[in-house]
Amino acid sequence: MAKSLLSLLLPLAGLVILGFAPLAVSDYGLGLLIGGVTYVTLASGWALFSGPTRYVSLATVAFYGVGAYTVAVLNETLPYPLVLLAAGGIGAAMALVVGLSTLRLAGVYFVIFTFGLAELVRQLITWFEVNVTGTLGRYIFLDLTARDIYWQMLALAAATLALTAWIRRGRLGLALRVIGDDEVVAAHSGVNLARTKLIAFVLSATILTLAGAIASPRWVYVEPAIVFNPTVSFLTVIMALLGGANRLWGPTLGAVPLFLVFEWLSSHFPDTYPIFLGLLFIAVVFLLPDGILAGLEKLRRRPVADKTDTATAEEPA
Amino acid sequence: MLLTTLILGLVLGGTYALLALGLTLQYGISRIMNLAYGELTLLAAFVLVTLFNALALPPLLGIALIAPAGYALGWLLYTVMMRPLVARSGATGRLDVDSILATFGLLFLIQGGMLVVFGSNFTSISYLDQGVRILGVPVALNRLIALGICLVAGGGLVAALKLTRWGLTLRAVALTPGSAPLVGIDVTRAARQGFALGTALASVGGASVAMYQTFSATDGVVFTMKALVIVIMGGVGNVAGALIAGFALALFETFVATAIDPGLTLAATFTIFLAVLLWRPQGLFGRV
Repeated sequence: MAKSLLSLLLPLAGLVILGFAPLAVSDYGLGLLIGGVTYVTLASGWALFSGPTRYVSLATVAFYGVGAYTVAVLNETLPYPLVLLAAGGIGAAMALVVGLSTLRLAGVYFVIFTFGLAELVRQLITWFEVNVTGTLGRYIFLDLTARDIYWQMLALAAATLALTAWIRRGRLGLALRVIGDDEVVAAHSGVNLARTKLIAFVLSATILTLAGAIASPRWVYVEPAIVFNPTVSFLTVIMALLGGANRLWGPTLGAVPLFLVFEWLSSHFPDTYPIFLGLLFIAVVFLLPDGILAGLEKLRRRPVADKTDTATAEEPA
Repeated sequence: MLLTTLILGLVLGGTYALLALGLTLQYGISRIMNLAYGELTLLAAFVLVTLFNALALPPLLGIALIAPAGYALGWLLYTVMMRPLVARSGATGRLDVDSILATFGLLFLIQGGMLVVFGSNFTSISYLDQGVRILGVPVALNRLIALGICLVAGGGLVAALKLTRWGLTLRAVALTPGSAPLVGIDVTRAARQGFALGTALASVGGASVAMYQTFSATDGVVFTMKALVIVIMGGVGNVAGALIAGFALALFETFVATAIDPGLTLAATFTIFLAVLLWRPQGLFGRV
């Protein structure tokens, strides 16, 4: 009881501290905070679907970019809350179409399809802008400060984690985990495969799209090559995997250190940056196939044999 | 107009078919979904350009050197990187995801290395780029030579797979890796050969691309995507299917580029890919 109360209070305390953080940091610090919280949101939102089901999606930036682009197109015609709502709706609709057509596919085909989806969306939007509307770049002029963006993103991150926690406790979470373990078993125990996967995929994609929409005013100038940067998809995957994609706090634990490391690398070693990214990918697959959290548990369990341990005991604040 | 599309499409199709053949060997025989395939292709292209520019080595001789080097590189990659993953996953279905993530890392590693060594500019060589007329359509001579190389390499391999005992072994592993050991086949060895052979084909394909096309260090993903689409169209592990699908995709792409809009070729590729996945996920010509 005390433990479960603690696991509720600690994140709330962390949220309050993070909420007041912008009052105490410089502009550069606030930029780092926004970036960090954005990647926590992306990695957690990605893991909401891909963690338990083990369907590795590389389409993160397709949704993220569509969110940003929706804001760029609509920011002058609609009030801001409606723009966000529209972005979420478009993301969900796109996920529904993609999910309905591809979630029946076996794992490899799904990875390959999502691998190219971002590129496809980017090319279609580029083609449409050049040939139909005649403009490639768009401007976002919104009356939002960096702090506003930070607070919105923090709220989205908190909502994502809360949603993930809630799903994990219920029937949907259980069904998703069974699907990840063995789809045939899941089907035989009465899990509606298509519906379960589709619900989780649409929820995950909506979060990713909203993250793109909220982050977009930071860019001011938006064009397809900027918002559909494939590195975002790869970073999201590696962050979630590093922390442990099927843990509640795993993606957060992977996203925060990796974001800082990559921020530092990209400013100090812009040329050799992909090499580090590649080495990290390989290292995670070989050394930490189930993520840091599972690795830590294994280490802790070794001296005390057969100790029943709960994953909630070691949350990062 | 139609004839131009047809001839240019066929010339492009040779390269596509060869690239897809290598990828289908890797996935069909060694069960590794290699997302760094396009980067290996580009690496060979850069090596060919470097040999041509620095040592004035004729490209045909360059390819003769690059093909065995590609085989050795593939052999090494499989032994060092893929084999531990295969051993770890055993009978579980983890190999697919693990190999995708590991080769993903490899993709960045090679791409980063190429960016550092060769820079991010577009590269090309001018070699035999005078035009030849075929049925009244002007085609650059280097493209025809590239097509010839692809036909020789691809055709030779298809014949070897069909006719020799060694080819039979590889096909047996591709068909049922579980029962191949029962008749005395060393599956690990066959898987390593399949992966190395696929890398060699990627190198030959890349080197022939370098003869007629401009490319840059970040183009690898496009090659991987196209090869993947062709492999899935033709049926995973299906060699003849990959060859036919390679030519079909090239013809379709050339048609879209000349008749509709060059900016939509990738979108067209994806439309085909999606249609095949939904309609016949086992490929147009079935597996193996």
